[in-house]
Amino acid sequence: MNAGTQMVKLTYREAAREGLRDALARDPRVFLMGEDVGHYGGCFAVSKGLLQEFGPERVRDTPLSELAFTGMGIGAAMGGMRPIVEIMTVNFSLLALDQILNNAATLLHMSGGQFNVPLVIRMATGAGKQLAAQHAHSLEGWYAHIPGIRVVAPATLADVRGMLWTALEDPDPVLIFENNTLYTMEGELVVDAGPVDIDHARVLREGGDVSIITYSASLHKSLAAAETLAVEGISAEVIDLRTLRPLDDATIMGSVARTHRALIVDEGWRSGSISAEISARITEQVFYELDAPVERLCSAEVPIPYARHMEQAAIPQAESIVATVKRMVQSHG
Amino acid sequence: MKNKTKQTAKVDRDHGLRLLRKMLLIRRFEAKSAELYSAMKIRGFLHLYDGEEAVAVGVMEALTPEDAVVATYREHGQALARGVNANAIMAEMYGKKEGCCRGRGGSMHLFDAAARFYGGNAIVGGGLPLALGFALADAMQGKKRVTCCFFGDGATAEGVFYESLNLAALWRLPVLFILENNLYAMGTAICYAHAVADIAPKAASHGVQTEIVDGMDVLAVEKGARRGAEFVREGNGPYFIECRTYRFRAHSMFDAELYRTRAEVDKWRKRDPIASFFDLCREQAVLSDADLEELERDVAAEVDGAVAFAEAGTWEPVEELTRYVYSERRPR
Repeated sequence: MNAGTQMVKLTYREAAREGLRDALARDPRVFLMGEDVGHYGGCFAVSKGLLQEFGPERVRDTPLSELAFTGMGIGAAMGGMRPIVEIMTVNFSLLALDQILNNAATLLHMSGGQFNVPLVIRMATGAGKQLAAQHAHSLEGWYAHIPGIRVVAPATLADVRGMLWTALEDPDPVLIFENNTLYTMEGELVVDAGPVDIDHARVLREGGDVSIITYSASLHKSLAAAETLAVEGISAEVIDLRTLRPLDDATIMGSVARTHRALIVDEGWRSGSISAEISARITEQVFYELDAPVERLCSAEVPIPYARHMEQAAIPQAESIVATVKRMVQSHG
Repeated sequence: MKNKTKQTAKVDRDHGLRLLRKMLLIRRFEAKSAELYSAMKIRGFLHLYDGEEAVAVGVMEALTPEDAVVATYREHGQALARGVNANAIMAEMYGKKEGCCRGRGGSMHLFDAAARFYGGNAIVGGGLPLALGFALADAMQGKKRVTCCFFGDGATAEGVFYESLNLAALWRLPVLFILENNLYAMGTAICYAHAVADIAPKAASHGVQTEIVDGMDVLAVEKGARRGAEFVREGNGPYFIECRTYRFRAHSMFDAELYRTRAEVDKWRKRDPIASFFDLCREQAVLSDADLEELERDVAAEVDGAVAFAEAGTWEPVEELTRYVYSERRPR
């Protein structure tokens, strides 16, 4: 067996680390900076060992200055480097939002095409670890509102390793959202897994009765739901969006045109969400293909609570996906 | 902290002509811009540098073409002093395709890759981390370059100012910080915004080498900037210069100037950086009234040329509206 097909068992966290190691080893312009990425080994242990392997020039611990070090990443990217900025959680990224929106997303346009910003920002997102209302939100949909940046949400080992590679080659800013409940997920990956495209959604399970359109941690809940539904004779197609901006309309619409029903599962809040955007696009583009209204399963519109039962009740679950699909199929058979 | 003020150095004729011409160009270019604003040729916000010319002109003397400049939203003077083409700036303010940013930026967002001129930042303090990033990139690539970052006293009330000073000092980044302290953040006097209105010690407290110069004296600014640029270029870390200056005109074209007295403005006008520098050159018999007249004619021709260029410019086709949101070439 050659290296190209040899599989290795690892976690999502380890796959993310392999992606960082690939990047640092491959390109001397790449460096990682953020809070606790070096000596601590990363808040979620993603960058553990990289300081020892690549040294303090390439793996840089920063002070708790999200706005300054994110802006510094923008300048360094414009200055010829390929920085990876790690922000500990999506809630902390709000401290850097000025630089992300007013500079990273804007400079190319504002300068009349003179300056692109080849910056990658990684951050943890999502509820499920009882981290409560200032560490656990899913704001990737917000970021997807902003023209000028790309927003990706790897849900698989191959994507969390390979999306970083492609993102670093992109001339424009790419935000990578890693759901923190996925870090312990185990799976198998080709030893030398390489870059993956960041432009297309992927159909992960084919089906004929309904399209479940989702991303990140909700993908796995949707796949579990599809298993359950199959036992009951309902065939669900599951789409991993992978990239939230720009959205891959062709894959979404192609699926809905085959299944004639669409359920969007999104861990963001419902109002003004990425699920709302997808629903609107389905209505605009394939309205006459629909046999039932488009439905959405989103987070409850509350700050994420601490207590486990409340937290779990606030976000979409496999059970609620199953129940929603059954209702959609049965009431609009 | 050093506190260098009046210098008595002899002015060399070519040097004097160059500094005076640059300051005059900024003054006349902006006077014309204000007229054009009233004539509705220029719209949006227009912030004039009138009174602060010595700062940009003095600082740029210390920089090489390889250095980078990160500017504020009151940056026509910074751009002109850096050598960004006056035609391209005027066309930009007209919103024309021939502008330095194809009309996408306007007065507050002048950019020029050739001059390594990076904005035009209209989020106060927003340029500080960018400057750190350019400096970090230079340091990591072994380039002995300086990144010069302009900002006003308003920016020193932003959290990012303190974050940036700390990081620049901590990582010994090659940044030349230029504080243009004109005493007002828009209409809020520094005493209403800072518990401690003395700014330079705040930079010094972060371990940044600091100096204060008379921002109305172009030679003092230049001297300080040369010291600072050399310090930075030699790998000693960041350097911070507070230039004490004053804005003669309103904050923008919408400002009724209710927050300061006419007497205060008149007092500062007596220290006009252009008039006082010319007087110095004349005292030293380096420049004459005839020289000044010739410079005025020369500058007027350049300004007229810029206006003609902008008038003759074209509008970018609306079909191109969504260009430059993402790069047009991607590897995969």
